[in-house]
Amino acid sequence: METKFRESIAKAVHNPNLTGALGRFSEAYRISRAKAYEGYDFEALRTQIADRKSYAASHLDELADLFTRNAEARGTKVFRTNDPAQVREYVLNLARDNGVKSVVKSKSMASEEIHLNQHLEAAGVEVGETDLGEWIIQLAGQTPSHMVMPAIHMTKEEVAAVFNEQVEEGQKPDIPKLVKFARGKLRTKFLDAQMGITGANIAVAETGTLVIVTNEGNARLVTTLPKIHVAIVGLEKLMEKFEDVVPVLTALPKSATAQLMTSYVSMISGPVPNTDGTPKQLHVILMDNRRTEMSQDPKFKQAMQCIRCASCLNVCPVFRLVGGHVFGKIYTGGIGTILTAWFDALKSSDDIQSLCIQCGNCTEVCPGKIDIPGLILELRRRLAVEKGQPLAQKAIFSVVNNRKLFHSMLRAAYVMQKPLQKGNFIRHLPFFLSDMTEFRSLPAIAEAPLRDTIKTIQQPACKEKIAFYAGCLIDFAYPEMGEALVKIMNKAGIEVVFPEGQTCCGAPARYSGAYEVAAQNANDNINALLANDVTYVVSACPTCTVALKHEFISTFESLGQTDSLPRARQLADKVIDFSSLVKKLVDEGRLKFKEGQQLGKITYHDSCHLKRTLHASQEPRQLLTQAGYEIAEMYEADMCCGMGGTYSLKLPEISAPILERKLVNIKNSGATLAVMDCPGCVMQIRGGLDKQNSTVRVEHTVQRLADELESS
Amino acid sequence: MDAIFDTFKLRAEAVNAEVHRFPHKNEALDFILHYLRDAGVNDAPQAYAVWAQCAFLDGFDQKQLTAKLPGVIFNVNRELSALAKVGISQLDWAIANTGTLMQDAAAVDQRLVSTLPPIHIALMRSDRLVPDLPSALTKIRPEQTNYISFITGPSRTADIERVLTIGVHGPEKLIIVFYDAPGSVN
Repeated sequence: METKFRESIAKAVHNPNLTGALGRFSEAYRISRAKAYEGYDFEALRTQIADRKSYAASHLDELADLFTRNAEARGTKVFRTNDPAQVREYVLNLARDNGVKSVVKSKSMASEEIHLNQHLEAAGVEVGETDLGEWIIQLAGQTPSHMVMPAIHMTKEEVAAVFNEQVEEGQKPDIPKLVKFARGKLRTKFLDAQMGITGANIAVAETGTLVIVTNEGNARLVTTLPKIHVAIVGLEKLMEKFEDVVPVLTALPKSATAQLMTSYVSMISGPVPNTDGTPKQLHVILMDNRRTEMSQDPKFKQAMQCIRCASCLNVCPVFRLVGGHVFGKIYTGGIGTILTAWFDALKSSDDIQSLCIQCGNCTEVCPGKIDIPGLILELRRRLAVEKGQPLAQKAIFSVVNNRKLFHSMLRAAYVMQKPLQKGNFIRHLPFFLSDMTEFRSLPAIAEAPLRDTIKTIQQPACKEKIAFYAGCLIDFAYPEMGEALVKIMNKAGIEVVFPEGQTCCGAPARYSGAYEVAAQNANDNINALLANDVTYVVSACPTCTVALKHEFISTFESLGQTDSLPRARQLADKVIDFSSLVKKLVDEGRLKFKEGQQLGKITYHDSCHLKRTLHASQEPRQLLTQAGYEIAEMYEADMCCGMGGTYSLKLPEISAPILERKLVNIKNSGATLAVMDCPGCVMQIRGGLDKQNSTVRVEHTVQRLADELESS
Repeated sequence: MDAIFDTFKLRAEAVNAEVHRFPHKNEALDFILHYLRDAGVNDAPQAYAVWAQCAFLDGFDQKQLTAKLPGVIFNVNRELSALAKVGISQLDWAIANTGTLMQDAAAVDQRLVSTLPPIHIALMRSDRLVPDLPSALTKIRPEQTNYISFITGPSRTADIERVLTIGVHGPEKLIIVFYDAPGSVN
């Protein structure tokens, strides 16, 4: 990671204006977005958008031709190019040929992508952004910190200061007055400009129509007052039919700003008369800039389904801490990382792709149904292929890949940690490792791993057997979780086998882009876990469960190792997470809860992979409630705890404040016990509470249920 | 009809529009003239009311209206619109479930009076209400006109500290005046 990037993160997380504004916004957004979608079937709506946008992405060339024919038939001039330089040239020539001295713009990300303003200004053409937020940051000489709210990082005091310095003295930090001031200043620009530049939210091929959405009304002025209108439209905005605007216009305002409809929508299908009666010059530039290439990439084609609502930013636990500036380019957040990799360069995404903690929040709200975390992993993989892995990482994974060496090193670590250990925690690590224990204690490595202790458990002879996949944390740090699981299964009349050949699930390697390593881990585990005749393969770690159930398959697919797929699928069919399995056994009457238990108040934390990939959020809650616990829901129960596997080691400066929020929410729930289904979350949250000397306890669901269940 | 109007009113008011409804054109006109007088409209820059030609005006003597209330201008142009306090235009369709007005706005005066002055009075026939966007899009098609406008409430921004502020580049007030009987004048 570049020092400059690390510095920009530090600057962002220590900027209380930024994190305060973004934090409050993300909290309010969640509620207002839900309200805006009340009465709508979001899944149906986004399926429709994804289908229509995907169709367009598969027929880009055809739709661009159709748009061009239809628009030109109405008198619009259409220019299509892959080259950003040609776009800049076209606009500048047009300005020169028509004696344009002043341009007004309504927001256009496509024009920012190609740095059009700088090009025109260098040639002596004055360019005024008219979207209030865009104007503020233009005056301040900054880049947008959010795709929809470009100046969200600035306070009214800062805005007033910018106006005082750049426009006119005497502005007070009073928001309505600042807005009124901007209205007056920009009104003159609108009336004086000879050219207006816009983007478009949709370009309808069958009618040659541009659809432009704004709240401030600037696009209406930009397309009405100047005699020349230039619309710069990325090819991803093309849609086939006029009816396709319905789902997009239904979702975009709700997802972007939680409005039922934006204040203004303009649909322009050809030149209209100017205010002096002459016909307007209407130019549409269909800009490719690698969009065709993107649409032909089997993985990244889905990124063309983006409608630029920025909801992926609004729900992101990382974005709300760091804001848009750390992304360094015009597109920000999850989707911005992907767009930057394509429209700028793959290597431009090298640092910023590491910001994604893979929590999956964005996949739940994306109206284009884009698997943003999945695509970011794919970027990581391609970057790793292109430039190779960092040396230290390579060394670590070569150990992880050697199961016996890995396991013997973990045992050696138990001995070496002794001087650092306090009870079950390591509270400080020396030297360069100190970052790892600065904000949370680490669990001490257990004296005997589960793979050894499990042999000492006297299990009853049962007809039914299941295989237990422990994962590294339960095996080496929390064997008691595995022991509790065995106890429960035995009560249900099931014997638990522990296939010795199991090793790391490969998630750390995969999330670092080291797919070859992940594939080796996958093969080792498949061989180990399919060796026994069992009804299920159960894991009490959701990240491992996801690896076993989904990621082995997708890793093989990414690497083209199709031979391995049948056995990966065979394994996937057997894999189940702990809570879902116990729920099943209780429902089938094979386990029952002790009666009349009143066990007190707990709060439950949803682990990312369990809730959003395995879709099990009710199962653990129901089990804990049936056991006799009263669940006091914490605020943002399903927000990531900041662990993200190796993420917390790579970016502790982000992991720590995310954890901090989680700890506050846990404490505010009033419960003195926090329960969760993931040993990784236990490690992060328990370690954080230990650092704060908190009395709140943290446990895995399996530990809470072990003593409350009985054989039926 | 009343249920759909109620939905429209609820939605439009939720986004800061004012909604009024009158049985006849005459009553709607009386309301508007009253409103203009109260708003201080007169024959001076920053105090004009620019009124774009529309079906509502059929049957009214425009000269007489100007005589009655100096400052009301029916020959709309860019300069006068920029100096006007109130803009008046007739919209073609209203969409109930979002509180949206829809218009064939290819004629530039329709856009001038609804973008430049700080107050926009929007006239609507009560029988031109449709439930939602899909039904609205069957009423005006892009094949028929080069510019379709949708207006939902006044101009707004939340670009400074996310504080909702009404009236940025477009009108800060949107007053929607429905009238039930398009025919009657006297």
